[in-house]
Amino acid sequence: MATIKIRAKAKDGVTTVKALISHPMESGQRKDSKTGKLIPGHYVTEVTAEHNGNQVMSANWAGGISKNPYLSFKFTGAAPGDSIKISWVDNMGKNDSAEAKIK
Amino acid sequence: MNLIRRKFVKSTAFLSVGATLVGSGLLIPRRALAAYAKDAFAARDVEGAISGSLGSSNYSASDAVKLKAPDIAENGAVVPVTVSSSMGNVDAISIVATSNPGPLTSTYQLSSACEPFISTRIKMAKTGDVIAVVKADGKLYSATKEVKVTIGGCGG
Repeated sequence: MATIKIRAKAKDGVTTVKALISHPMESGQRKDSKTGKLIPGHYVTEVTAEHNGNQVMSANWAGGISKNPYLSFKFTGAAPGDSIKISWVDNMGKNDSAEAKIK
Repeated sequence: MNLIRRKFVKSTAFLSVGATLVGSGLLIPRRALAAYAKDAFAARDVEGAISGSLGSSNYSASDAVKLKAPDIAENGAVVPVTVSSSMGNVDAISIVATSNPGPLTSTYQLSSACEPFISTRIKMAKTGDVIAVVKADGKLYSATKEVKVTIGGCGG
């Protein structure tokens, strides 16, 4: 089950990474319209990005990030063909990671 | 003989206490770095959100921080936000939505290879300011933009 889509492109020495993660990002503040009970929070807490095994970026998230989150960042020092790996962990202990080649 | 043994026990005890101190001293900052900023997300005020994620709530507005967000968001569940900066040595960025129940939406740690640029989509409960706080050389700089959230998504 791949939950992460990655696009990474190197141009003039700067690599732009764009990632889409499939995740409900339930904030824990919404109520179920039928039962009136709070829907338990289920959201990604940590996202990390590695370039050839070295961490370049890490993010802390909570329920304030939209459903099916989008994240883009830029870094230098990568060449086309290098690998970029993005991983996430959520508050229920689920996790996933995906790897892509920089174009 | 006994005296020497006493001394030996004392000195080893002292050494081991020292070793545990050093060991824990080394462990604590590493754990703090990797830890999830739970307190910052639990904070219900903007100061707590910023100090919890970036270590200080003493920030000043700066033209060097650019925050791109829509003037009017028709759907508060998806508000695209882009933060960039012309400053060097940016090592962390936080995005705060002041009117949210928990104002901190996200915080980012950037390595030295990273450009000061983050783009994502946040949720906003209602109309309010979005504050982007950038940490550069240990100081905090911010940019603020008001985003109007129209309920019902009719764009009114």
